[in-house]
Amino acid sequence: MSAGKPIATLREATGIPTGKLAVWWLLASEIVIFGGVLASYLMFRVRHPEFGEFAAHTDPRIGALNTWVLLTSSLCAVLAHNAAEMGDGKKAAKLLWMTVGLGGCFLMIKSYEWSVEIGHGYTITANAFWSFYYTAAGIHASHVIAGMCVMAWVATYAARNAELQRVELVGIYWHFVDLVWIFLFPLLYIAK
Amino acid sequence: MAEHAAEHALDDHGGGHDDHHDVSFFHKYLWSTDHKMIAKQYMFTGMGMAVIGAFMAYVFRMQLAFPGSEVPGFGAVSPGTYNALVTNHGTIMIFWVAMPVLIAGFGNLLIPLMVGADDMVFPRLNRLSYQIFLVSAVVIIYSLFVQGGGFGGAWTAYPPLSAKAEYNLTPQGASLWVIAVGLEFVAFLMGGINFITTAMNSRAPGMKAFDVPIVIWFLVIASILFMASVGPLIAGAVMLLFDQNLGTGFFDPNQGGDPVLWQHLFWFFGHPEVYVVLLPAMGITADVMCVFARKKMFAQKIVIYTAIATGVLSFFVWAHHQFISGIDPRMANVFTVTTVLISIPIAEMCFVYIATLYGGSIRLTTPMLWALAFVAEFLIGGVTGIFLGASGTDIYFHDTYFVLAHFHYTFFPIAIIGTLAGITYWFPKMFGRMMDETLGKIHFWGTIIPFNMTFIPLFFLGAAGQHRRIYDYSNFPELAVPWMQNLRILATVSLIVMLVFQVVFLFNFIKSALSGPKASKNPWQATTLEWTTATAEPGHGNWPPDAMPNCYRGPYEYANPGREDDFWPQDEPPADTEEQA
Repeated sequence: MSAGKPIATLREATGIPTGKLAVWWLLASEIVIFGGVLASYLMFRVRHPEFGEFAAHTDPRIGALNTWVLLTSSLCAVLAHNAAEMGDGKKAAKLLWMTVGLGGCFLMIKSYEWSVEIGHGYTITANAFWSFYYTAAGIHASHVIAGMCVMAWVATYAARNAELQRVELVGIYWHFVDLVWIFLFPLLYIAK
Repeated sequence: MAEHAAEHALDDHGGGHDDHHDVSFFHKYLWSTDHKMIAKQYMFTGMGMAVIGAFMAYVFRMQLAFPGSEVPGFGAVSPGTYNALVTNHGTIMIFWVAMPVLIAGFGNLLIPLMVGADDMVFPRLNRLSYQIFLVSAVVIIYSLFVQGGGFGGAWTAYPPLSAKAEYNLTPQGASLWVIAVGLEFVAFLMGGINFITTAMNSRAPGMKAFDVPIVIWFLVIASILFMASVGPLIAGAVMLLFDQNLGTGFFDPNQGGDPVLWQHLFWFFGHPEVYVVLLPAMGITADVMCVFARKKMFAQKIVIYTAIATGVLSFFVWAHHQFISGIDPRMANVFTVTTVLISIPIAEMCFVYIATLYGGSIRLTTPMLWALAFVAEFLIGGVTGIFLGASGTDIYFHDTYFVLAHFHYTFFPIAIIGTLAGITYWFPKMFGRMMDETLGKIHFWGTIIPFNMTFIPLFFLGAAGQHRRIYDYSNFPELAVPWMQNLRILATVSLIVMLVFQVVFLFNFIKSALSGPKASKNPWQATTLEWTTATAEPGHGNWPPDAMPNCYRGPYEYANPGREDDFWPQDEPPADTEEQA
């Protein structure tokens, strides 16, 4: 019973594969979570012009570097999808591992950045701006970690040419995480 | 423990059709991926939590009727305990009773069966969803016994009271409360993705969108509403946890935060949540009514469009909870309009239900009684809601027992009456046996009459100015007058009578599950696919893999002229002659 997939999983009444449909619904639920954080932040931002001064203490160069790292990792995810489409599981797995590596790179840069900022006294309790800064980026980082774990798991299957459709699914999720950062970066670092 | 005993006993009697005799007790009941077993797990957990929530109601109602006296079975109630009891009564009844039974329980039980699938699309995710939910239930119960006691800042958890331990005096209880609610949301998000995907993608061959029964439609719309509304509150829960434990000040004005932000995040979820639980209850009612009125659903498509419209509108009414929170009065006008607007689709649905009954051959079985009572009682809840949705009257009624009575006239029909309509109707499918009709009717009247006698007095108390969340009214001379105290005693006594009658239900439920008369495959002569399984209580897989049902027609083909039977099952292939006729 638990060995084979249920007939239900193999049906496609909408014409969209079940896994892809579920990932899109997952993203829908994630969008409202981040939507809640960002809407709260924006409400504060509009009412507190002094947030601009606090934001000046962030380092946009590090933020830009991290944006570049994440975008590159998304490129790897796309190439992995392409390889999976071609049926080359080994190559797809290799590219997925590169994506995971770049995700790790992102996290390391982030921890360096945060240690510097905490060292300057900008902790999560410093004021409302820094509370949002760490909370929003922290929730995002937890999604990066989750995405890396799932991607590593998918890569171990893909290396054996199994479940190749999952390469695309985890890629969709990864692009979403990437996209959230594209929103966070200007809102937290740049907007004065 | 009693749940497990009951389930174990079922193994000997009801599980005869299951083709997995060799699986262990653990794998069959606790680690199962069968959607029907997971549905039962959710329902039994929900029923267990309902007993806890009901006991809390008994204790604090006793305190209100007889302030300061020893409550039998509990002892004297301190003010802090009182606050923890009312807070956790609300939290448990909504998040650990209404949600698991209505959405997760019936969703799991019905969606695969009624769309003609063998299971959910992601059975292991489904199992994980229940396990996370179970952990959340353990956490909320554990939170009642930690140092400082359970959280007592009301189920809406408004900061700064909820955010700072020096205000709420329950440092651990408050954090555990947030964690438990958060875990529960994660569990239902997983379940919801499964429900929506299963209903969209796993329909039986030939089943078009409007061949899907109303109850499935409503469960899916409810799951989408939940998914689209809960996100901001998850974000808010993280922020509240940080406020409690890290010393941030998102909701603390002293640190530059804004307590009203939490109210927005909470009610942006909290109001759609009403429709998240209402829609499944209305769906159950619709299906039960069609079967026992032997009629097609009146305006079936329009009802579905109406439910979608209600869902969309439900995202634009939340600030009617905040009319006296200091929001801009012009905003209050806008939200008054949207709130009154949303009563239109709901009223329309009630009329449609009555139109479905009109001219039908009504069979007054126990499930039908519950379905009729749902519409009757919910109407009272809906009509009293108009007073609260209009900002002018709400300023007076806010935070009085009028709100409380209104709320219970919506949620009791939803979570108890709607659920009981569903349980008594689908019981033969769950256990392969019939429930006792006489006991069912005794339980019905023993619940409905005391329910009204409990909550109608509270409308009068609220209109007279009685505030909510007050431990003892004897210090309020204008509220401690004899007629008001007598009504409090009447409400408490009625509640106890109602609770006593629930024993009839539990007895009927357990006795029928173990030794009730065996049910036939289709005891109610219904048309939908769940009644077409090979045996009354199907095993894992529902249908034999080579005999999955096809769907040929809509779900409510009753009393079709030109047919001898008064019902036409969805899976019956059309004969050529019949098709011509």
